[in-house]
Amino acid sequence: MIFGYSLSDLWSIFVMQSFSGLSLFSVLLLMALGLTIIFGQMGVVNLAHGEFMAMGAYTVYLCSTIVQRHCPSLTPYYFLVAIVLAFCVCSFFGLLVEWSLIRFLYKRPLDSLLATWGLSLILQQSFRSIFGAREVTPVLPNWLMGAFNVTSTIQLPINGVFVMGLTLVLTLGIWFFLYHSRIGLNMRATVENRVMSGAAGINTKLVDRFTFSLGCGIAGVAGAAFTTIGSTGPDSGSRYIVDSFLVVVFGGMTRLVGTIVSAFGIAQGQSIAQFFMEGTMGKVMILLVVVVILMIRPKGLFASKIRS
Amino acid sequence: MKHSCQLNDKLHSKLSKLTAALTLAGFFASGLRAADFPTGQIDTTGLAVTDDTVTVGQLHSATGTMAISEAGSIESERLAIDQINAEGGILGRQIKVIVEDGASDWPTFAEKSKELLEEDHVAAVFGCWTSASRKAVLPIFERDDGLLYYPTFYEGLEQSHDVFYTGQEATQQIIAGLKWLSDTKHCKTFYLIGSDYIWPRTSNKIARKVIENDIHGRVVGEEYYPLGTTDFGSLINKIKLKKPDAIYAIVVGGSNVAFYKQLHAAGITSANWTLLTISVTEDEALGIGGENLTGFFSAMKYFQSLDNPNNKAFVAAFKQKYGPNSVIGDVTQAAYEGPWLWKMAAEKAHSFDVDKVVAASGGIEFTNAPEGYVRIHDVNHHLWSKLRIGEWQDDGQVKVIYESGLIEPNPFPKGYQ
Repeated sequence: MIFGYSLSDLWSIFVMQSFSGLSLFSVLLLMALGLTIIFGQMGVVNLAHGEFMAMGAYTVYLCSTIVQRHCPSLTPYYFLVAIVLAFCVCSFFGLLVEWSLIRFLYKRPLDSLLATWGLSLILQQSFRSIFGAREVTPVLPNWLMGAFNVTSTIQLPINGVFVMGLTLVLTLGIWFFLYHSRIGLNMRATVENRVMSGAAGINTKLVDRFTFSLGCGIAGVAGAAFTTIGSTGPDSGSRYIVDSFLVVVFGGMTRLVGTIVSAFGIAQGQSIAQFFMEGTMGKVMILLVVVVILMIRPKGLFASKIRS
Repeated sequence: MKHSCQLNDKLHSKLSKLTAALTLAGFFASGLRAADFPTGQIDTTGLAVTDDTVTVGQLHSATGTMAISEAGSIESERLAIDQINAEGGILGRQIKVIVEDGASDWPTFAEKSKELLEEDHVAAVFGCWTSASRKAVLPIFERDDGLLYYPTFYEGLEQSHDVFYTGQEATQQIIAGLKWLSDTKHCKTFYLIGSDYIWPRTSNKIARKVIENDIHGRVVGEEYYPLGTTDFGSLINKIKLKKPDAIYAIVVGGSNVAFYKQLHAAGITSANWTLLTISVTEDEALGIGGENLTGFFSAMKYFQSLDNPNNKAFVAAFKQKYGPNSVIGDVTQAAYEGPWLWKMAAEKAHSFDVDKVVAASGGIEFTNAPEGYVRIHDVNHHLWSKLRIGEWQDDGQVKVIYESGLIEPNPFPKGYQ
């Protein structure tokens, strides 16, 4: 007995607490993945990143509505298809945005910031006009509800486990793609030296377009996954954007491993802080720590060691 | 016993219909025709009143973050105005509405209210939703002597000559609910949770006093989370560790869905836990999903499922106008009361002048209110109303399981601050 709690109580709280830290970790990582690619690899500050997530979430909602109306028997299966669809919709839209907007702004980072912010406002208002102002939640398949009851006091929410699994798969996929595929090699080469890459025969413009579109698609998948956790409103995107940038900047922007470590650190820190103090204070503490670390290491945890 | 109750209900419903009919007939008989009320007499302060119309303003957020919440209020105010117009208007004048969009931005609210009062000279404004927007327009209404009907339940601590508050102030919503928890559910330890802004914080301050002084219980935790938080894992673990008799939740907006879903997944359901909230209406339940709320309790003055003839007529009219799937929450109903209360006050005062309408308002009874019956307080511009406890069902509606008597509004509660 410690503080009036039995050891088994404390053990189950410890397990649950670790789980909630891991669960927050996968949420943060999922948010930041798409942004690492766009912001980290291309240097484009995409303030509409959150809106791409919302777009993914609305895609799921749309699928859910259609399935409910026309063939409710497909409810258990539609969700996986909807995630793939969210990827397709968002990456296609990303392609359009790159072609019509971003490609003119690569040399003007500040303008790209303004332009993508404008884009985010346009998207928010479009969501509001199309889907209405109320927050929506798709009808989720039953297998995503409830929890695994490990013991009577340890419950692992299935949606949390699902998001974790998805994050793992996606991260591994991206890692493999970036470091073990031809296109990934081209992407990294373009990031490190555009002129040389061009001279070596890489179509850098095409690589840019592809990279941006990929990042947007991943944002869409993240948004789709978040429909299992919270609701989606026209301004949901703006809720995600701060955390996404926090993770990417803290991680040092250029490397995937930086983003992973940073998401892990922030998530565990926040989860532990919120356990020992009140919610808002926990968040404040963790932001303070991030600010201090960034003051000491302005380039983030894992800065790229290439001369610029 | 049951039988006689039913009989009573029937009798009551018949009586109230009769009363309504008589009142209506009375209006026509007494001839509230425009000609009997020359414009020069009923408007001495230069309001937008003509021989056959009177202009009012509607100021809500149709766009921006708050549009989610304010949509219902916009709809129900329009419904009330349309119904009043169909009955012949006010003092024989049809109501014209100027709709302005506050766009969820408090300075915009201030600017638009200035436009409504100083350029359009509207006779009354129905609007605002958040306390922040109300605080932004308040100085303008007080300076220009405008008239505002404000629909949201809120933290209290305000009373203005130029505002009528048709929602409940904090003590009306909190005290009776907590006493009910203590009396019928025997709850003595409480965990207070809120989103981090003025309304939840003020409300929990009152709740803490009630718990500690009135029901001699104990607060085992009090926490606030930033608006929009979607991760409540640590909080849920703490709740499980502290094992309170009741969870008292004032979480709002997008956080709501995540909060209740995670509670449900973590095994905090009504099977073993008691949860009372003052921030979940049918509107929010739509997003949260009935299955995540089943068996939890909400304390409100109005629920869509209230069983009385006024409410049935109101719900039917609302659904006819806005579609059969419409959902009506507490604030939507309170917003509906605004235009009617204004109409009754203006007709009692035989004038649209703000000062005369305000002077006539104290004591006005609205017997056709969907919530049953409300009365404007003689002094403090809030409404006497009842508190209901609703138990959430799978379908996102509630079963009303407790109803208090009429509670006096008390925006400046002594001993609770």
